[in-house]
Amino acid sequence: MSPEINLTRDPAHLRHGSNIGQPLTRREGMLKVTGAAGYAADNHPPGMLYAVLATASIARGRVTSLDVEAARRHPGVVEVMTQMNRPPLAEDPDAKTNPFMFRMDLLQNDRVRYANQAIAVVIAETLEAATEGAVLLSPRYEAEPARVGLDSNESYAPPAVGVGNPASVQHGGDVESALAGAPHRIDATYETPMQYHNAMEPHAIVASWDGDRLSIDTPSQGMAMAQGRIAGLFGISPDKIHIRSPFLGGGFGSKGLVKGPQVLGILAAKLVGRPVKLVLRREQMYGPVGHRSPSRQRLRIAAAADGRIAAIDHHARIATSSFDDFYEPAADASHTLYASPALATSHEAVRTDVGTPLFMRAPGEATGSIALESAIDEMAFACGLDPLAFRLKNYAEVEPATGKPFSSKALRECYAQGAERFGWSKRSLQPRTMRDDDGFLVGWGMGTATFPALMFAAQARAVIRHDGSGVMESGTHDMGQGAWTAFAQIAADSLALDLDRVAFKAGSSDLPDAGIAGGSAHTATAGTAIHNAGAAVIGKLAELATSDQRSPLFGAGNTGVVARNGRLFRRDDESRGESYADILTRAGLAEIDAQGSGTMDPAAQSNYAMHAHGAVFAEVKVDPDLGQVRVSRMVGVFAAGRVINPRMVRSQLLGGMIWGVSFTLHEQAIIDHRSGRIMNANLSEYHVPVNADVPRMEAFTVDELDPHVNPLGIKGVGEIGITGSAGAVANAVWHATGVRVRRFPIRIDDLLTSEVAGRVG
Amino acid sequence: MNRFDYVRPADTAEAVAAASEPGAAYLAAGTNLLDLMKGNIVRPTRLVDVSRLPGLDRIEWQADGSLRIGALVRNADLAHDAAFAKSCPAIAEALLSGASAQLRNAATVGGNLLQRTRCSYFYDTASRCNKRAPGTGCDAREGDNRLHAVLGWSEGCIATHPSDFCVPLAAFDAIVEIEGRNGRREMALDALYPPSGAAPERDNVLKPGELITAVRLPASASAFAGHSRYLKVRERTSYAFALVSAAAGLAIENGTIREARLALGGVAPKPWRARAAEQALAGAHADETAFRRAAAAALDGAKPSGDNAFKIELAQRIVVRALTLAAQGTPDRVPALPASPFSSVAGVRHVA
Ligand SMILES: Cc1cc2nc3c(=O)[nH]c(=O)nc-3n(C[C@H](O)[C@H](O)[C@H](O)COP(=O)(O)OP(=O)(O)OC[C@H]3O[C@@H](n4cnc5c(N)ncnc54)[C@H](O)[C@@H]3O)c2cc1C
Ligand code: SF4
Repeated sequence: MSPEINLTRDPAHLRHGSNIGQPLTRREGMLKVTGAAGYAADNHPPGMLYAVLATASIARGRVTSLDVEAARRHPGVVEVMTQMNRPPLAEDPDAKTNPFMFRMDLLQNDRVRYANQAIAVVIAETLEAATEGAVLLSPRYEAEPARVGLDSNESYAPPAVGVGNPASVQHGGDVESALAGAPHRIDATYETPMQYHNAMEPHAIVASWDGDRLSIDTPSQGMAMAQGRIAGLFGISPDKIHIRSPFLGGGFGSKGLVKGPQVLGILAAKLVGRPVKLVLRREQMYGPVGHRSPSRQRLRIAAAADGRIAAIDHHARIATSSFDDFYEPAADASHTLYASPALATSHEAVRTDVGTPLFMRAPGEATGSIALESAIDEMAFACGLDPLAFRLKNYAEVEPATGKPFSSKALRECYAQGAERFGWSKRSLQPRTMRDDDGFLVGWGMGTATFPALMFAAQARAVIRHDGSGVMESGTHDMGQGAWTAFAQIAADSLALDLDRVAFKAGSSDLPDAGIAGGSAHTATAGTAIHNAGAAVIGKLAELATSDQRSPLFGAGNTGVVARNGRLFRRDDESRGESYADILTRAGLAEIDAQGSGTMDPAAQSNYAMHAHGAVFAEVKVDPDLGQVRVSRMVGVFAAGRVINPRMVRSQLLGGMIWGVSFTLHEQAIIDHRSGRIMNANLSEYHVPVNADVPRMEAFTVDELDPHVNPLGIKGVGEIGITGSAGAVANAVWHATGVRVRRFPIRIDDLLTSEVAGRVG
Repeated sequence: MNRFDYVRPADTAEAVAAASEPGAAYLAAGTNLLDLMKGNIVRPTRLVDVSRLPGLDRIEWQADGSLRIGALVRNADLAHDAAFAKSCPAIAEALLSGASAQLRNAATVGGNLLQRTRCSYFYDTASRCNKRAPGTGCDAREGDNRLHAVLGWSEGCIATHPSDFCVPLAAFDAIVEIEGRNGRREMALDALYPPSGAAPERDNVLKPGELITAVRLPASASAFAGHSRYLKVRERTSYAFALVSAAAGLAIENGTIREARLALGGVAPKPWRARAAEQALAGAHADETAFRRAAAAALDGAKPSGDNAFKIELAQRIVVRALTLAAQGTPDRVPALPASPFSSVAGVRHVA
């Protein structure tokens, strides 16, 4: 391959008028708005039966009886799957051979370890019959007291948090002595609630067995990993399993790993020897598919007289399940943002009778951010400084927890642009001093956003066909974030073709493994693979042309060629060129293909701290008498490396910012502490913001060229929007009212104190 | 869902006959009933679908100046009826503050009156609940009860009636027309709901088979049209039930209140008419002192049923605000955020 057309060197110049950077609308948008996009549960293979889960109404104990006969007798019921007749598995669902493998409840015994755990599966000719069958099982239990909430069990130091992060980290000097001697100090404890996944599309699966071959329609953020997990459980080779996941109605981390209910659908299909569909009911999402752990976070910050931070200590108490280990790395939020000569973070955990908490959009970062950004706000005020001035004073030039330089960090630009657009300079320092013309209390708050720029591993295959068109294959995952569109843009650029000349194939496990759509790393990882695959196939094509005497490019090997608009040109003489079609036709080839992969560069990873950043500014209005809060506007400015599609990126950022509003003002699972059941497992009572809650919201990006993260310079934008935003809203509520609420979400009763308004009557 | 019969009667008489059987339930738009059935909270053996009954979907002005609203009129159609909204603006505002546009397009007047409580233990079939399963107990008493009643509750049940619509209906003396096996009867909306201390499973006083055919608003209701508001407070700006709400109507002459109407929502097992407060207001100057006195009277005897003492304070503040807004005069059109404090800007008190 001639090095000049190695796109990984300098992709930007290779295609003029490039697809990358264009604000294209979603390629599948029309399919979605017309209902033509087929989601997993829309599949209906011939002979298909419906499976419905019966779920536990206790959080801990044993199932002592199930009236299987009553369910079987119900007209339409075909079979009831319990621990007695569940087909055998090749692997124990409780086995954990790597930390990224999570235990499942697959009817392996009579134990109940959380409410809403599956205890049986009813399979019937109709959904209604299966649903009623599940009721007729009338389970009985031997219940043990439920342990729910952060104080329900002894705490312990987790072995690691997140995905293998150390549970406690210290950097620089001694935090305690710095705290002891500091003129300014805060010591504040914040609480965040359990949050549950509520993607519009619940987990669903349509599974069909054909001998030992398994065909599945199910939403997945990681098809190859799901294949591997299912293969292990069933003792078959992963290539016997075909997963189709063309569209997801949202994932947010809950569809990153295949979950127990999906495997139960596969087991049900095996048991009855017919295709089976299993769709979770909304309330069944509140248990087996992961959630965000609650947290109690204590932040102690010390600052010198001039407002320079002397120490940060961030300690988080979080919860995991009684039977598995996932530790929300909440305190790690303090690793990257604020310079501190002494920094310590640590975690403690309690085991509770809930489903295992898992990845939920910005796991750790979001939870930690709201506490850290509140604490920074409190500290700024304690120092008598404007919150932005305080943040700039403590701007981290190197990563605080490691001392590594940043691969790029345009956070100052975000602060400046955000402040300007928001009008921050007009903010009063004192709380409860701003009113609008109608008498509402007005508060302005800000927060800093950050999220790591991660890379996993992905593959892609590029093809150029003899008609000059291209194909790019990579089993990527479109969760609604617009992956299909962004990847097609990268693919078209990598092949130097117009978008409509490239067929981009995604969403199926028989395509090259695109890794996982998680950690905000999908575009970076699979995008790099696509980019490299395109470069590789162009390289092959160039090889073909430059070594063929009949080609005008013959002998150009040393000076190199460039690809543009479906043609290769001599770099030193652009009058000499040839179309892809001509090159292949003359060579007698129907097509030419090549592979590409995307992985992180370990050298860059060890030399640099890599993060996206942002600054979020929020305005809230609070009714002075009634305590009702409304976010009236928000401005977020983010630096996240190269933007592939500004329209999609903006949507991701806005979606994250809205989740930030949700975090601070709305979202919360209400759990009954006696039974361990979640009492608001429905979208009527589990509140997320509605349009009226997010009236004016703007998201922008600043230019940020990052030569280290990956060849395309992509950092990822899927999760960062929540961070910073939640704290900004909380800080705005304080600024409006003078009441610092440290338990989230903030409720009317928190603001209804006599401080807020004189008592009535 | 259990198996049930489904009948679609041709007229009211047929409906009443079909619904008089034990286990039968009327189905209107089903926005509440079907949810309850899917969750196994109720398991009727027969659904009598009244949604297509002829003649019950009309809004008619009567000769005596009263307004008769058919039980099948959709919440949205009623709220957007211009003549209705003009004479009963607080009721229109209450309707538009409820649920979502989609639900309001479907939900009926009759169904709204008879919607069940949103107590989460009532919905959770594994919980003990006297309303759902009489005599089993009330898990809300020691459970999560932040949203529960502070007025008129009993040891057996602390749930609230969730309707917005019913709050101004109660304030403005709405009358409910009922058709049963023994013919027609009518009663004040206030009397439709059992008095405090009644058996929790009894949401209303209807006898088996009795069908609500209409709601009537007496001519007196429109006397408050110039000074009436509905105010609903909740954490989410829209699409949430009220923490507490209030409907207020004032008839003001030369700054003096001739007559007042006041009812509260979200505080009691029924839409809560605050007659003592109304009396306190009658003859008083329409000012903050009077409104505070009324608020105190309205919440007189209130007591927390759990972790909800804040509602007593909140309710008083809401009463003051609703009366203040009403005194300022009904806005020309229903605000874009109906019943929200954020659309009732003129009434915010400037307490520093
Ligand atoms: C997500 C959600 C949010 C909501 N938010 C609000 C809110 O903020 N404020 C609010 O006020 N409401 C709210 N609602 C409730 C909504 O207003 C009611 O569900 C609706 O008004 C019920 O009307 P329906 O016609 O659908 O009644 P149905 O569900 O058909 O019936 C409800 C009950 O009334 C009985 N019934 C119906 N019609 C008659 C009749 N003519 N005679 C005798 N019995 C009858 C039925 O048997 C049943 O018991 C909400 C509902 C949902 C699902
Ligand atoms: S408050 Fe009433 S509805 Fe709620 S659980 Fe108790 S008895 Fe049932």
